[in-house]
Amino acid sequence: MALRPEHEIHTRRRGRNVGVGLMLAGFVVLVLALTFTKVTNGAFELPRAEELTQ
Amino acid sequence: MSDVSYNTPTGEYDTQLGDYFALLKPRVMSLVVFTALVGLIAAPVPVHPVIAFASILFVAIGAGASGALNMWWDADIDAVMRRTAKRPIPSGRVPAGEALSLGMALSGLSVMMLGLAANLLSAALLAFTIFFYAVVYSMWLKRATPQNIVIGGAAGAFPPVIGWVIATGSFSVEAWLMFALIFMWTPPHFWALALFMKSDYDDADVPMLTVTHGRKVTRAHIIAYTVLLAVLAVGTGFTAIGGPLYLATAVVLNTLFLKGAYDIWRRPEEAAIKDGYIVEKKFFRLSLWYLFAHFGAILFEAVLRPFGLGGW
Repeated sequence: MALRPEHEIHTRRRGRNVGVGLMLAGFVVLVLALTFTKVTNGAFELPRAEELTQ
Repeated sequence: MSDVSYNTPTGEYDTQLGDYFALLKPRVMSLVVFTALVGLIAAPVPVHPVIAFASILFVAIGAGASGALNMWWDADIDAVMRRTAKRPIPSGRVPAGEALSLGMALSGLSVMMLGLAANLLSAALLAFTIFFYAVVYSMWLKRATPQNIVIGGAAGAFPPVIGWVIATGSFSVEAWLMFALIFMWTPPHFWALALFMKSDYDDADVPMLTVTHGRKVTRAHIIAYTVLLAVLAVGTGFTAIGGPLYLATAVVLNTLFLKGAYDIWRRPEEAAIKDGYIVEKKFFRLSLWYLFAHFGAILFEAVLRPFGLGGW
């Protein structure tokens, strides 16, 4: 029998599942914000083409 | 895939998100966040707000992870102590294995993410702090020596240093002064607690100073550490992280703290039993304000500095 959405476990663990989902979404947003900050701050500036050929 | 294995007998407790959160010792975590933030702001190097927020969050998660590992290891003694019997593992709300997994997973995640968000030195320091609290303090010192909280207190003293290293990428005298402040504050704080939670540590066979050397010796130790702490706390007022506001706070609070420690030292045990440890409880409450106010003053000095008001 397939695990159907209406199964009792979904209702029982709704709070927990929503909480984990929100935390994961928050983590993704945080990593995105960190990446954006680091890139715009110049911390990950790529070397210029002429530097690579030297 | 069958869902038969997901069926649990009716009436069996389903672990809630709040139970996992309680494993992370949220009250300790709030102190870690505050002191790490003070270390970060007091440092002379500005940090981008997003990096600062993420870094402090990962330090908090690391502290929470070490709390979960501590609860996993100490579940047996937590069950017999009145103060800790309602914690998630002894009360049966979270299986011990899940606490261990959560602690290990969050430890790895927090250290790795702090290394990426800030720098490798702060990540290494966070990893060492988790190791120190979970292994050196919880697994080794706590049940082996009456000096457990003296040396173990170092784990709680690292957060402001981590905050400082997040900003600067290196150590400095000021960071270690903040470390010393928490390190010297921990013994009188916990020994006052041990004096009025008298049967808890006896019941759990934890070799607290009150159990191994008696209550009179513990009272003497409290005043000895408080004197050393007062010298350190007031002296910090004349350094780069101090200033007039910090110095005034330190003088007032250390006078009160010394008076409290003196009262505890002078008092016979019979008098304490008679009035329900009123002096010891008052000293314990004051110790909470003591640490909060000292770090709050360091924070204010740092925040006011750009406006030409903080510091000397």
